[in-house]
Amino acid sequence: MATKQIYETRPLECWGKAKEIRQQYYRDYATAHERGGLRWAGGAWTFGAIPSGLGDDVHSLTSEPYAASIAADKDFSIKCLEAAERAGYARDLCSYMRNYWGSVILNEYLGGGPFPKPDFIWQDHICCSHAKWYQVVCDHEPGIPHFCIDVAVGPAGEINDNKLDYLVGQMHDGIEWLEQVAGRTYDDGKLIEAVHNECRSTSLWAEVCELNKAVPAPLEEKTMFSLYVLGTLMKHSKVVADFYEELRDEVRDRVENRIAAIPNERCRLMSDTQPPWGFLSLFRYLESYGAISVGSLHTFGLIGVWEDRPDGSWGPRATPQQRGIAIEDRDKALRVLAEWNLHKPEWQHFYSPHLKTEMMVRIAKEWSLDGVMLHYNRGCEGLSLGIAENRLGLLDAGFPVMTFEGNMGDEREFDFSRTKTRIDTFMETLGFKQD
Amino acid sequence: MITAGIDMGAKTIKVVVLRDGDIVGKGAAVAGFESRDAAEQAYSAALEEAGISQDEVEGVVATGAGRGHAPHSVRDISEVASDARGVHKLYPGARTVIDVGAEEGRAVRCNEEGKVVDFALNEKCAAGAGAFTEAMSRALEVEIEALGSMSLNSNNAIPMNAQCAVFAESEVVSLLHAKTPKEDIARAVHDAIASRIVSLARKVGFEPDVVLIGGVAHNVGFVDSLERALECKVIIPDDPEYIGAYGAALAAAEN
Repeated sequence: MATKQIYETRPLECWGKAKEIRQQYYRDYATAHERGGLRWAGGAWTFGAIPSGLGDDVHSLTSEPYAASIAADKDFSIKCLEAAERAGYARDLCSYMRNYWGSVILNEYLGGGPFPKPDFIWQDHICCSHAKWYQVVCDHEPGIPHFCIDVAVGPAGEINDNKLDYLVGQMHDGIEWLEQVAGRTYDDGKLIEAVHNECRSTSLWAEVCELNKAVPAPLEEKTMFSLYVLGTLMKHSKVVADFYEELRDEVRDRVENRIAAIPNERCRLMSDTQPPWGFLSLFRYLESYGAISVGSLHTFGLIGVWEDRPDGSWGPRATPQQRGIAIEDRDKALRVLAEWNLHKPEWQHFYSPHLKTEMMVRIAKEWSLDGVMLHYNRGCEGLSLGIAENRLGLLDAGFPVMTFEGNMGDEREFDFSRTKTRIDTFMETLGFKQD
Repeated sequence: MITAGIDMGAKTIKVVVLRDGDIVGKGAAVAGFESRDAAEQAYSAALEEAGISQDEVEGVVATGAGRGHAPHSVRDISEVASDARGVHKLYPGARTVIDVGAEEGRAVRCNEEGKVVDFALNEKCAAGAGAFTEAMSRALEVEIEALGSMSLNSNNAIPMNAQCAVFAESEVVSLLHAKTPKEDIARAVHDAIASRIVSLARKVGFEPDVVLIGGVAHNVGFVDSLERALECKVIIPDDPEYIGAYGAALAAAEN
């Protein structure tokens, strides 16, 4: 089907670099022992800056993006899901978790070879599945030391010193634990550097997303999925912070020169939660209507950190350096890290769906959306929690909403053709026709 | 002006022919595996009833699950759009359309101009649709036509799982083994479907007038359950299964 050209478009110049960083990340983890380094595993939301104090040769494998990559590889994903089911785990559990467990049970690494067992597990608990994820991993990979930090002290608007003390106290304990299990002396300088990097990279990512307020949008969400993932791998690294700066500059240039993500933008949408990873062509299908998903609270706020501007709009949160806050010692670094992460948008709805609705309505208004496409994601209890409430809130605010059921990591629970039919109906009700 | 609408339903294909906006012919055929052939049969039957030749038809619009395979059509529209268009023409005061077909149940909310404001469709399972009642009538060994009136003789409400047609069927078998009267089971089946459909209607924020269309609107037991669950009367047009095709024929006339 020919697409009507309204705007100039071209691929991102830094696309190849993003791909390289991601591939290098998985290689570094798998081969860390060959260079005398250490491997650790934990969730994408864990306080990954902290293990950085053990040295530059310490590499992580964050579980959710690893599982999402498995989900995109349909054949391997089915093998993993079935392996988890054969081991007795229920099919309605988090599908990221089941893909990850399957990879461990099969002892097969997505990048090839046996699954590289971590030297320790460094996890936090905010989502309901996080608490069990690595407990089961330890059942299948016995002997891995495991440390968890409980994050149940939000939402951001209710943080106080006692709550921060609770979190920071666990982090201090965690550092002592890390020194024992790694047999290394902890370097506070590396921690401080990692905290600065994390604040910089997550603020920069928010800035990139903010640039998508422009019409035409310089980025579409399918591309953003491949870019935000770097923050879920190692948001505390200089490599990612520097890359996001380069990306921000390129996207800013696209906005100034009206370089569009799609050539025929007529309808602006947002999605929600993780997409069905094996079916990202869904986003290409939208383009046949001139429709673009300019992002979502998920892509904006899973790692991006935001703040209210004086004019009431939403923008990237100023980093501690930008605000003139000096980080001189371990305690200050941990306090900044805790406070910064507690402002992460995607953590807020664990406390109330209304907080999420407020942010979604704000995105719908500030990013000039025509409608919303909500994924009732059976694969993620954490992020789908309250999504029906969000729908009502968006409708009340005057934004048309389409829903579809699916699963981010289990293709057996997604009906591609029927979802496309549903998009057809939604586009028709919005008054848009295929090119 | 002569136009036609073809509703390529999952089980039955319906065709309506309009002359200057009035229905002059209708035809239907079982979709089967060769839905295009079936559509040709239904189209020919409708033209024959109207006394019109194919050459006289100035526009054809298709709708329904298999609308991409419809013969003769110049364009297609969704079931939601055709339902809303057909119902609004017949009942301008209608604000909610409930359509229960063989494989899909849907609720549509319209504004005073007949424009779709919101819609909801059942998800993967056909538990909220006509195929469900057929499966249940088989389990009960009752003719599908008798299932509706049978349930009206029941005064007992028995809760039943309608999230999954397969689980519901095994539940019917268990109830039969427990010597539960068939009337009560028939009512439970209709209450279960109605519960699914009402949840769709609530999702779109239903408001009167409510118009029920689709083949399942012929089932008096389901209608009774639906009205109890909605706590309001529903309007059922003549030949409710043809309203989608009627809406498509109206769309063809608008071209």
